Amino acid sequence: MDRKNKKEETLFPILGNGGGCGCGDEFEVNKSGYELFFERKLDRRSALGSIAGGLMAGLGLLNAACSPFGDTEKAELQWDDYFKKNFRLMSDREKEETVSRLERLYERNNRGSVNIAATDSQEGVLYGYAFNISKCKGYMDCVNACVSENNQDRKSGMKYIQIHELENGRLNFHGAETDFYHEVPAAGHFYVGTQCFQCENPPCVDVCPVKATWKEKDGIVVVDYDWCIGCRYCEAACPYHARRFNWSEPVVPEEELNRNQHYLGNRPRKKGVVEKCTFCIQRSREGRNPACVEACPTGARIFGNLLDPESPIRWVLANKKVFRLKEDLGTEPKFWYFMD
Amino acid sequence: MDGKTYTADENSKSISAFGSFVKDAFNSVTSGGSRYHIWMGSLTFLMLVAAFAYSVQLREGLSVTGMSDHVSWGLYISNFTFLVGVAAAAVMLVLPAYVLKDVDFKGAVLIGEGLAVAALVMCLSFVVVDLGGPARMWHLIPFIGLFNWPQSMLAWDVIVLNGYLVINITIPAYILWKHYKGERPNPKIYLPGVFLSVFWAVGIHMVTAFLYAGLPSRPFWNSSLLGPRFLASAFAAGPALIILILGIIRRHTEYDIKTETLNKIALIVTVAAQINLIMLGSEIFKEFYAPTEHSASAIYLFFGLEGQNSLVPWIWTGILLNVFATAALTLHRYRKDIRLLNWACALLFLGIWIEKGMGLIVPGFIPGQWGEIVEYFPSWVEIAVTVGVWAFGAFVFTILVKVAVPIELGKVRFTKD
Repeated sequence: MDRKNKKEETLFPILGNGGGCGCGDEFEVNKSGYELFFERKLDRRSALGSIAGGLMAGLGLLNAACSPFGDTEKAELQWDDYFKKNFRLMSDREKEETVSRLERLYERNNRGSVNIAATDSQEGVLYGYAFNISKCKGYMDCVNACVSENNQDRKSGMKYIQIHELENGRLNFHGAETDFYHEVPAAGHFYVGTQCFQCENPPCVDVCPVKATWKEKDGIVVVDYDWCIGCRYCEAACPYHARRFNWSEPVVPEEELNRNQHYLGNRPRKKGVVEKCTFCIQRSREGRNPACVEACPTGARIFGNLLDPESPIRWVLANKKVFRLKEDLGTEPKFWYFMD
Repeated sequence: MDGKTYTADENSKSISAFGSFVKDAFNSVTSGGSRYHIWMGSLTFLMLVAAFAYSVQLREGLSVTGMSDHVSWGLYISNFTFLVGVAAAAVMLVLPAYVLKDVDFKGAVLIGEGLAVAALVMCLSFVVVDLGGPARMWHLIPFIGLFNWPQSMLAWDVIVLNGYLVINITIPAYILWKHYKGERPNPKIYLPGVFLSVFWAVGIHMVTAFLYAGLPSRPFWNSSLLGPRFLASAFAAGPALIILILGIIRRHTEYDIKTETLNKIALIVTVAAQINLIMLGSEIFKEFYAPTEHSASAIYLFFGLEGQNSLVPWIWTGILLNVFATAALTLHRYRKDIRLLNWACALLFLGIWIEKGMGLIVPGFIPGQWGEIVEYFPSWVEIAVTVGVWAFGAFVFTILVKVAVPIELGKVRFTKD
């Protein structure tokens, strides 16, 4: 479907519907946002939600209404965005509305536009990853590719991937550098990359007080950035230092922004929320490799569907001697290491 | 209420009594000597400074704190943890006063409950200021948001802390209300709440301990001793603070707190502090007799690791205060001397604040998951907000005491016109 048409079709109903009830009421363009808002049917969640946060959003609306340009569209979009549900509870229609609202909001706030997908997981897919310790030379191309693919905050230098420079002789991360500025590979060292291991039994998911993070059917652990309250309990619970918090408003220069986005992946985050590696959900769900796999010049990174016997990851698991990190914690990472 | 049916006339009387209660309470709170006004004025000033600091944090994000992705909880959560213990400690007065009917505790119990309310208000404030998205806090409200209960210990904590707050507001409020009207409170009404609060007090602190102990990723916290240890340190620090406060109330009001009451509370503090030290010894033995990789946090805390040792003087100060105060309390001669008792309680309170606050939370994150050592120092914003939250707690507590004491003294009573 043509992207532009789709946007015009789906943008306006949300003004009357707010992602709140999804009951599909008719909309009239002539009505003001206020009328549309107060005439819509409310379920208990959205009604109480509206009351609870009404003051805050009302102030925003008042502010917008008093502004010289009378930007009520933006205020309404923000209002609806504030009261939207947790992504997991949205119907397909609500997901679509939410995504087009976010796209519209991005257009209103910035020069360019973005393309946000809400693609669901596919049947018979469970993603897994393998890392070849013999091949990694510490070139860091994966790290850079990850940062630009996933629109990570440039100001704080946020990175999902860490490449540890370990001394030969033992597999010990203590004292291993992750920020090195010398020629690689360094003599007497080898390199091990860590990132989110997309555990089958993720401790970060259990601890979240508001279910803002969960494991998708294809095994990817995701975060609903707009539902996260920023308590950072998940950061404390993760044994692999996989999660990152936006300590301040993330900055990505407009010209460096990756515009192909996913709601649960690389769409722009805000300050005060947690994010993490999603195996590049915006790519993997389209059948592509994550950016780190594609960028690796030595072929140390293998990605694929664990349920597909023909996949490269299954080949590695069947033909190599593999191991996982901190297996004693029972988290069942879907991230294996092997050597040639 | 009392099993009687109320007529419309009685209802309207009740409403007018409530109106006059509010008015009398307001008068009590706003009148006082110059020292009282200086006290409340200073607290207000500290709260305003905190409000400014918090506004900076809201605008810039939590980057203005000393926290990072390595040490992701700091001064706020440290104080939260400690204050849950202070709140839970009210049970040590509630249990003897209401359940064991020990007359010596009768005068102190309302103060203890007021302290629990103030501590809980501080706890909730510390959690809120620590949130990255306080505007999205409604996601935490059951049925409106999406509550991860029973999986998340934080969801449990939200329930138990708010529940405990409700219990500790309603019981004293009912008793004060009855006294205000010159009636006897009906034990059938408040005793079920009292029994509930006894279990609930233990619950809030165990749940808070489980919040940390339930994380296998952090070996420093992942100990089955953490819950019992939390209780022991709470029952030492909380009643120690109550002794100090009762001393102040005794000096500045006519409210009669008997020396016998202080002695009994001091005994509770002593036993709890002793048990706390035994558990500390047990932990130290386990970490240092045969240190494994999981002992790295303890090594960092007590001796420093790879040249990083900013918590070392901090924790040793705490340990020394604890040992010294516990030893002083253990000797009857010193404990029975009110002046020395006050000193011992103050030092013990400070020692446990150090040990159970930053001394517990920060080393949980150091070294990090891959052995990296990133230290933590609170920023001026964190310190200002923390001081302000404590001032807020003291403000709330002062108001509660200022209302309760004149009613308990019989100076403020409902007069039918």
